[in-house]
Parts: sequence; C-alpha cells; structure tokens
Amino acid sequence: MSEEIIHIKPYLRLAGLEPLVIRPETNFVNVGERTNVTGSKKFARLIRENLYEEALSVARQQVESGAQVIDVNMDDALLEGVKAMTTFLNLMQSEPDIARIPIMIDSSKFEIIEAGLKCVQGKCIVNSISMKEGEAKFIEQAYICKAYGAAVIVMAFDEVGQADTKERKIEICSRAYKILVEQVGFDPQDIIFDPNIFAVATGIEEHNNYAVDFIEATRVIKQRMPLAKVSGGVSNVSFSFRGNDAVREAIHAVFLFHAVNAGMDMGIVNAGQLEVYDEIEPVLRNLCEDVILNRNNDNNEATEALIQYAETVKAKGKVEVKSAAWREGTVEERLAHSLINGITDFIDADTEEARLKYSAPLEVIEGPLMAGMNQVGDLFGAGKMFLPQVVKSARVMKKSVAVLTPFIEAEKERLKLASTSPNGATKGPAKILLATVKGDVHDIGKNIVGVVLGCNGYEIIDIGVMVPADKILAEAVKHQVDIIGLSGLITPSLDEMVHIAKEMKRRGMNIPLMIGGATTSRMHTAVKIAPEYGDGVIHVLDASRSVTVAGSLLNKDQKKPFLAELEKSYIQLKADFDTKRTTKQSLPYATALKNKVQIDWSNFSVTKPSFTGNKAIEITDLSVLVDYIDWKPFFIAWELHGNFPAILTDGVVGEVASKLYADARTLLDTIVQEKWLTAKGAVGFWPATAIGDDVIVKNNEESTTLHFLRQQAVKAAGQPNYSLADFICPAAENKEDYIGAFAVTIHGIEKHIKAFEENLDDYNKIILQALADRFAEAFAEYLHTKTRKEFWGYAKDEVLDNEALIKESYVGIRPAPGYPACPDHTEKYTLFNLLETEKHTGITLTESLAMYPASSVCGWYFANPQSQYFGLGKIGQDQVADYTIRKKQTLEYITRWLQPVID
Amino acid sequence: MSIQAALKERILVIDGAMGTMIQRHKLTEQDYRGSRFADWPSDVKGNNDLLCITQPAIITGIHLQYLEAGADIIETNTFSSTSIAMADYDMQALAYELNIAAAKCAKDAITQYKSKHPNAKDKYVAGSIGPLNKTLSLSPDVNNPGFRAVTFDEVVISYTEQIKGLVDGGVDVILIETIFDTLNAKAAIFAVKEFFRKAGKPELPMMISGTITDASGRTLSGQTLEAFYTSIEHAKPLSVGLNCALGAQEMRSHIEELSQIAVCYTSAYPNAGLPNAMGEYDEEPHQTAHFIEEWAKNKFVNIVGGCCGTTPDHIKHMADNVKNITPRALPIVDTTI
Repeated sequence: MSEEIIHIKPYLRLAGLEPLVIRPETNFVNVGERTNVTGSKKFARLIRENLYEEALSVARQQVESGAQVIDVNMDDALLEGVKAMTTFLNLMQSEPDIARIPIMIDSSKFEIIEAGLKCVQGKCIVNSISMKEGEAKFIEQAYICKAYGAAVIVMAFDEVGQADTKERKIEICSRAYKILVEQVGFDPQDIIFDPNIFAVATGIEEHNNYAVDFIEATRVIKQRMPLAKVSGGVSNVSFSFRGNDAVREAIHAVFLFHAVNAGMDMGIVNAGQLEVYDEIEPVLRNLCEDVILNRNNDNNEATEALIQYAETVKAKGKVEVKSAAWREGTVEERLAHSLINGITDFIDADTEEARLKYSAPLEVIEGPLMAGMNQVGDLFGAGKMFLPQVVKSARVMKKSVAVLTPFIEAEKERLKLASTSPNGATKGPAKILLATVKGDVHDIGKNIVGVVLGCNGYEIIDIGVMVPADKILAEAVKHQVDIIGLSGLITPSLDEMVHIAKEMKRRGMNIPLMIGGATTSRMHTAVKIAPEYGDGVIHVLDASRSVTVAGSLLNKDQKKPFLAELEKSYIQLKADFDTKRTTKQSLPYATALKNKVQIDWSNFSVTKPSFTGNKAIEITDLSVLVDYIDWKPFFIAWELHGNFPAILTDGVVGEVASKLYADARTLLDTIVQEKWLTAKGAVGFWPATAIGDDVIVKNNEESTTLHFLRQQAVKAAGQPNYSLADFICPAAENKEDYIGAFAVTIHGIEKHIKAFEENLDDYNKIILQALADRFAEAFAEYLHTKTRKEFWGYAKDEVLDNEALIKESYVGIRPAPGYPACPDHTEKYTLFNLLETEKHTGITLTESLAMYPASSVCGWYFANPQSQYFGLGKIGQDQVADYTIRKKQTLEYITRWLQPVID
Repeated sequence: MSIQAALKERILVIDGAMGTMIQRHKLTEQDYRGSRFADWPSDVKGNNDLLCITQPAIITGIHLQYLEAGADIIETNTFSSTSIAMADYDMQALAYELNIAAAKCAKDAITQYKSKHPNAKDKYVAGSIGPLNKTLSLSPDVNNPGFRAVTFDEVVISYTEQIKGLVDGGVDVILIETIFDTLNAKAAIFAVKEFFRKAGKPELPMMISGTITDASGRTLSGQTLEAFYTSIEHAKPLSVGLNCALGAQEMRSHIEELSQIAVCYTSAYPNAGLPNAMGEYDEEPHQTAHFIEEWAKNKFVNIVGGCCGTTPDHIKHMADNVKNITPRALPIVDTTI
C-alpha cells in the first residue's frame, strides 16, 4: 500500500454541534448580532423579563437568516451577567437547530466570559480580551481561554487607550500576537483581531477617516500575520444613521465590500439584513462609497450628501391594500368569510375590531370565531368543503387566536388577582393528544388529523414523531387529555401500538385510544389492539372520520352505546379472522420451494451493469425530477381520491383539486428555484447467485447473503409460488447474474416546515411534506429509469412517458424491504450496508427500521424480464424456522419482525 | 521506551473489556464487600471499581491475562472512580483511594508479567477517566432544558481528585474515554491542564476517546465527529479515537474520517459487535480482529483494542493480526494556509 502522508492546514476551526472551518474560500463569516442586550432592544427586554424561551427565537432567527456564528452578550447594568449568560447558553444547548453553530461569548467582564465557557461543549470564540489593563492580566486571561479550548478576539486596546489610527491598530495587534504565540503558546489561527470599527459621517471631521483606517490596518495585519483573522462590529460604522435601516444596510454593504477585499474574515452583523453590494441603488452606493472611503469629503461634503439622500428614503410610505365588497359586512360576517375562504389578509384587524366590540377576548373565540368554524365543520361534514380548504381555514383561526392570546392571558391574570370566589376555573375544550409512535417518523396524516380536529374545537397536544410509550402516556396524564390518538406508517409500528394498549391497561388508564395511519386497519385493531385494552380502542380510517369518532367519544350519552356497538363489530371481525385463518389452505414450505418460477436460464443472456459496487447520486436541481412525479398519491394525502389529471376536472372536487394543484405547483416552483431541498441517493450493483430463497451477493472480496421469503398459499395449476430469489440465476446454472439496490431521500425540509409552523401555515406545511414524499418517489423512478437505460443498461432503448412509468410498464422491478414481496424490514440493514447508504445519503434507520428523513425510498433492483411484483401472503411455521436458521437469528427475533405475515 | 517512541514504531494494543471478565468470576455481594465493607449500609454489588480494594488479586489477574494476550497498554479499573459517580454507592470519600489502588493493581500485573517475560517490550498503564453519570450539556429534566444536574466546577473538582490519585499511583498516560458529552471531557481536560500546571510537573500524555452513540454518526450530546475533534483539539492529546457503543463494522467510517482530520495518533477500541436480542455480544475474536486488521492496513489507526464484550482472546487475535503492519504516520501540519 502506498504511503500517502496527510497534510492538515492551519485553518481556524470552530464547532457547535457541527464544525465550522474557516478556509480562504469561506469569504466572509457572518456573526449574528441580535442576541446582544446592548444592541437589540427586543432581546434586552426579553432577558430582563425572564422570557428566555422567547429570547431563543431571536437566536433561531439569526441562524435561519444565515448566521454562521452567534454572538451572545449579556452586559447590562440591570442584569446579573453571569447568571443570564449561563441560563441562556444552557437553554441554547438544548436547541439543536441553534446549537449547530459555534458561539461567540461576548462580554467586557471576564467572569461572564468564563461562565459562558463552562456551558458550551463546542469550540467557542471569546469576545474579547485586550491589553487595556496591562500585559499580566492579558496573559492570564489568554491562558484560561486556552484551557477551555476557545479562540480569542483581541481588541486593539492597550494601556494607553483604544486604537483609532491605522498605525496604532497595527502596532497593538502585532504586540498582542507576539505575546500570545510566543509566551502563551496560542495557535496563531486561533487569534482574531478586532481593530475597532468606529462611526463615520458623524459631522466631526476627525471621524471621517475611521473606515479607511480600519480597512488599511486590516490589509497590513493580514499581510504580517496571515494565519490570524480580522473581525469587527459592523453596525458601529453607520451609527449616525440609526433609525434609517435602508441607508444603514447600504453603508454596511459598501464597508464590508472594501474591508473584506482588504482581508477582513468575519464580522458581527444583523444576519437577516445584509444587502448585496451590487444590488444597492447606484446613487446611494456612490454616496456611501464616498463616505466610507472618505472621498470628496474635505469639508464634510460626502457626509452632507448622504444625509440629504437619507431623508428622501425615510419619507417613503407603505402601499395601500385594496378592499372588496365583502369588506362592507359586520365584523362577524367578515370573520366568517375569512374563515370559510381561508383569507388571512384582514384577520388581524378584524380580530382586533371584534375584541374591542366584545366585553372579553374569550368571547370573540367562543362567539364569532367558533360560529365561523362551525360553518366550516358543517360544510366539511356535508362534503361541500374539502380537506385543503379546511386546513386553510384552520390557519386563519390560528392567526386570529394568536392576536387574542395575550389579552386572554392578561385577563386571566386580572381575574386571578381580583377573584374572590374559588370557583373561577372553567373547563376548557376537550383535549386530544396525538403522537407518531416510537420508531416511526411519518407524520403527514397525523398533522392533518390534528388540523381537522383543531378546527372542530378540540385542543390538540401534538407531541411529535418517534415518541416512546412512556412519554405518550405520561404526557396524556399530565395534560389530562380526553383522547389519545396514535399514528404510524410502517408495519413495526403496529406492535408498538399493541404495546401502548397493554401499557394503558397496566397503568389503569381509562382514556379512549384512537388508532390511525396507513399501515393500520380495522382488522388489525380488532384482532390485536382492542383485546389488550378495555376502555375503547377505535380505528379511524381518515381525518374526516376522526371528527365524528371524537364527537361520539366525548358525548356522555353517546359514548357508551358507541363503544358497545364498536366492541360488538370488533368481536365479530376477530371471530371472522380466526375462522378464516383455520380454513386457509397452504403448502408445506418444502413443496412451495419446488414450485418456483420457471425461467429458462440456459438461453438467458445476462446484461452486465456498467459498474459494480455502489455510488452516490446527488441532485441539487430538482427540476429534473418534476416530470417523474406521480400526483395521484399527493391528492390521496389530502383525501381527494381519483386519477390524475382527471381529478382536476372532476364534477365534485375538481375546483378544490385544481386550486390545491395550483398552490402545490407554486410551492414546487419555489422549492426548485430556491433549492430548498436536495435529493441524495445511492445506487449499486453486484454479482449475485440464488441458492434456494437466499441470494448470495459478491461485494468486493466479501459475500453477503440476502434472505427472501416464498409464498406458501396453494396456487392454481401452472401458477408458481413466488419468491424474489426466483428472479436471480441459481448457482447451479454457473452463470453470472446481478442484483442491484438503491436508496434515495430528500433533505432540507425541516427548516421550511418550521418557518411555516411559525407562520401558523399548516396548509403549506402539509403541502411541503407531501411534495417531499413525491420528490423521493420521483427520484426513485428517475433512478430506476437511469438504471434500466444506463447504469445497468438492460433496456437501453426503452421509451416511456410518465404515465407508462407510473403504470410500471417497464422491464424489471424495484421491491422494497418491508413491503409485500419481501416484508422483512430487517433486510434493510443489509441493503444499507451494501450501498453505504448512510454515508452516501444521510438516511438513518430507526429502531423500527423506518427511514429518516421521512421522505425516503429504498429497494432492490431485479432486471430479469420475468420478474414481477407479488404479495407474499401468509407463511407457515416451517418457513419461519428455516428462515431463522438462514438469518442466523433467534426465533423470537424473526417472529417479532415477521409477525404480520406469519400464519 | 517512551510510549511516544513506541507509537512511532508500531501499532500499540490496548486491552479489552474489564466488566465482561469480572462477570466470569460470578462474584456475590459478599465478595464485593470483602471484610472492609462487610457492614456498608448500601448494596455494593456491581461497583466494579471497588474490587481494586476488596479483590485486588482478581483485577490484577485480569490485567495479567490481557498482558499475556499481547496488550501493550492496560487501563486502570477506574471508569467510575470519581466522587460524583461513587455517590451512587455513597462511597464518594473513597475516590482518591480507589484510583491509587487501581493503579497499583495495574502496575503489579506489569511487574508479574515482566518477571515471567524479562525480554518483553515495555508495557504502559493508562489511567481511565470515565464520562460520569451526570452530563454538563444535557438536562435530565425534559420540562426544563436549561437545568443541569451538576456544574462545570463540580466536575472539575471531582476529576482533579481522580487525576491526583492516578498520578500518585504512577500511571503513564491519562485516558479520557467513552465521551458522550464533550463538555464533560472538556472539564476533564481543563482539570488535567490545571492539575499539572499547579503541581509544577510536566503534563502526562493524554489519550482522548469519544463515543459515537448510534447510526446518526453523532455523540450523545449531538456533535458530529469533526465538531467533537475540534472541541478537544486544544488538549494537544497523544491520541484521539473512538470506543464503545458500536461494533467495528459500524465504527469503520467514523474511524476512517478521524484518521483524516486528526493531527495526533488515532485509537479505536470498539465493542464486540452490536449486542444481540439478549444484550450479549457475540462477535467472535477472529471477526473483530479481521476488521481491526483492515483498519490497520488502511492506516486508520495507531492504537487498537476492545471495549464491551471483548476478551483476552479478542485482544490476542488483534495483537497477532496487527503485529507486522506499519502504523499510520502522523499528518504534516502545514504552516501556511
């Protein structure tokens, strides 16, 4: 093996939960500035009022706006700095979307800096230390920063004062560098200088050259100490234009353009508001340039010109919103109109108007808003409104309630203080807890159910995906919910639901349990779940049924007869199932094995794939996948059933479907154009031979065994008992055949889901989730086409349109482990290993073998022209025993995973 | 020969699981207590570190088996010998003594081994520092994510006591291992640096070993491998590596990545595969050794060994398989960007 010595570059390396390496091509690092009590009034207020949770949203906004490092400063005379820094940083550590990026701990008090360093696992930046109080203290503080493993910002400040000229800046930075590197042993790349950015255009002539001093000092510092970095607080430079954000942003952009060219590496900026230099209006840009570079400014002319221009920018007002006829009605009518039509444009103002009209804010909800939602519920129940519209209505409702909430809270406080009667508490709406069970990541259906039930006046407590039984039940008790709703999409989730039912019985609970999700069924619920729990287990087919079911369960008079009726039908179902089971005919496994698919292997010529082993495929431009999208399942997710595109012109749902389709296409365009999502995949091919129901795959020098299962039902004459292994050439034929595999996923959805959630926009959130699923399927289809025509190349001349693709009228199949032809989910481990799926695609498997991200697809490729999809059906104990030996597993393990198919 | 010099020459082998070996002795509550703790108010069975005081012969014997199997480095039985972890048994006051006793067990084993094999290469004792049962980055209370069960300063104090015991007991290396929360490890690093600085002694070399807990490729506290390495790089360790949680098969891609980014030596001591349905490890010695050999050939590692479920037999197979393989060379750190 050749000896290749690795070279490691002395880059500045920082870390939050993820690394940040500052390389020459990194260009400029944005440090988010809004989590600073001295710079952000809002943040300061939230911290002072102890609203830390809300203060986190300021941090989150900075991260989402592109901050690569986040500056945290708690220097406020009214705050206990050490405590505030500790509390906020500890909270931030538990928010993975924020803690992802490195932290800059910012304080003029070293004890606050040290307190911050004690909270953060990643590599931070200390902002800042200096020689203000002499060398000894500077050295001591540098040692401490080093022991905590932090990089440091050194401010250009010495015993004499803060450096304002180019020469002083260079002199102080050079001296500090020498001390840090030679005496303290600091790595040069961990030193960052802040040569002080001061305000220009203040009207005082001495200030006019401040930006030039900074820029020119930066140039020299970077030449002399190339491994060190230069940073600065950018917003200082435009301080004299405070209150005029448009001009300030232009000044920042111009300043950064020149400072970054001179070598400035990073800066503290408002990450959401960085303007692009080229896009500044040219007149303004020119004026800013004069001010920053101190040109044409001998008598403050440049300053005066920019101030004059700034006045004109300030004067521009907002655009008027146009009105329509329905705006003439009463406030109640307008609220109802907005709710039914899903219009959010006027909801804030109308809500406010209603609030002033009614004596208490709660009355607005109980009065006009509930009346409007009742109409929505009635129209939905009558089939005059459809799910997409209801979800939009829910969004309007949420927005309106958000306007009222602070007033309701204030009212509660007031009542609490004034109340003399102990009987002040009123029972709120009924509560329903929703969760996707442990091991499962799918939640589109659950989200839809949540929205629909929410529209019908229930309070929804949605505790997310992959929730363990213990947490579900603990939360249910804590919130005193009236119903628990469980969701799951993959087969192992069924067992988890059984487990939860058992747990509820063991804990002596008496809350009804609703079961939903694509893999669940009335039969499974009746046979497996309902017998475990006596206080009501109800299978709910779809979101629209959830409303009537919840209604019956929560109505005192209806609950008993409803459950009694249900129990009767479940007992009948179970009885049917048990009798059916005994009468079903099946073959011994050995017999089934002989009745395999007949393929004439001797005359079969195998196509060799263009490569063997695996490779990664990444698509950043999703436009190539759009044509591969199968829209039908998209509409099914919205409970609109029918073929696409016929559904768009359907007499009943056509209009709604068209609107939904238009909205989905709009979002789809944005996703594609703005590159919201990335498609990552892996594909691979390997030599393979079949031995019985095993397929032996050669992967480099190693061999791996794939395990398949065979149908055992008694077949009509001439019909084989299928196994996927039949489609691979048997070892006895001594001919090299191949098998392939793929896994694809869609990354990047979380950030946008969150943004929609924050905007109370369930409608677009669910569209986005459903589209991500479609993209994953489209990617699988795209990859299969590429496989047939190019990678494997067994159907090079194939010409099929999208419709033909959806009808699967091509040669070869791509069955997925866990689905009817090969229902053993655990084979995904083998598939993932062969493809190095995690490395190539970032897909991970949960303990129930669901793939995460949720929009993922994987499967095997079979190229044989006789290969076809089939359902395994039930298998016998004899095959289970054989399979256990083949898989080298315990019977218990196999039984658990194959539960749904074992007879 | 110093451990640094040895690492330049060859791949060093670190020992395997201590717990698995202790289990084989099927010790009773009485055995754990010995005479000294016969009347201790709480149960102590399961406090494996305590055996360094109550059953030193057993611990020394296990060390000796690993030395005979070919281990170059043996770990002291001190994974939980801190005042914080010992609080579970109300034995926090014993922390210092446990570390001294454990170092003695390890050193005794080496003395015995050397008397049997006078020409054998030098062996080294690594003082094991575990991750603690309390974490600095994670809240144990789901409803209060800002809460911490312990403070950085408390952790530093507790680790400092352990370090003092290990150093006074005469260990050759400090091994900070099974790190699932990097902030705990940073506190240990801080404690090491401050201990030696204040004692005016030269720092002992540090080995640092993190734990990737699952398929996400991250530590339990959420860091990616590169972020973890960046966060502990300031320790300037002798080696950095991975141990526990994963079997060799699952650990491979991570150790490969680490070998590309670490400026120091790299170490890896995986579990004997993933636990089966019964929670037992059943990867055979030759299987584990086969993975390790492939890593060695690909220059991923300088130090190899085993964690949970591995036995002297596993270590013997590894030692045999890597014996003649040239170790990974240290990367060159450039001086310009």
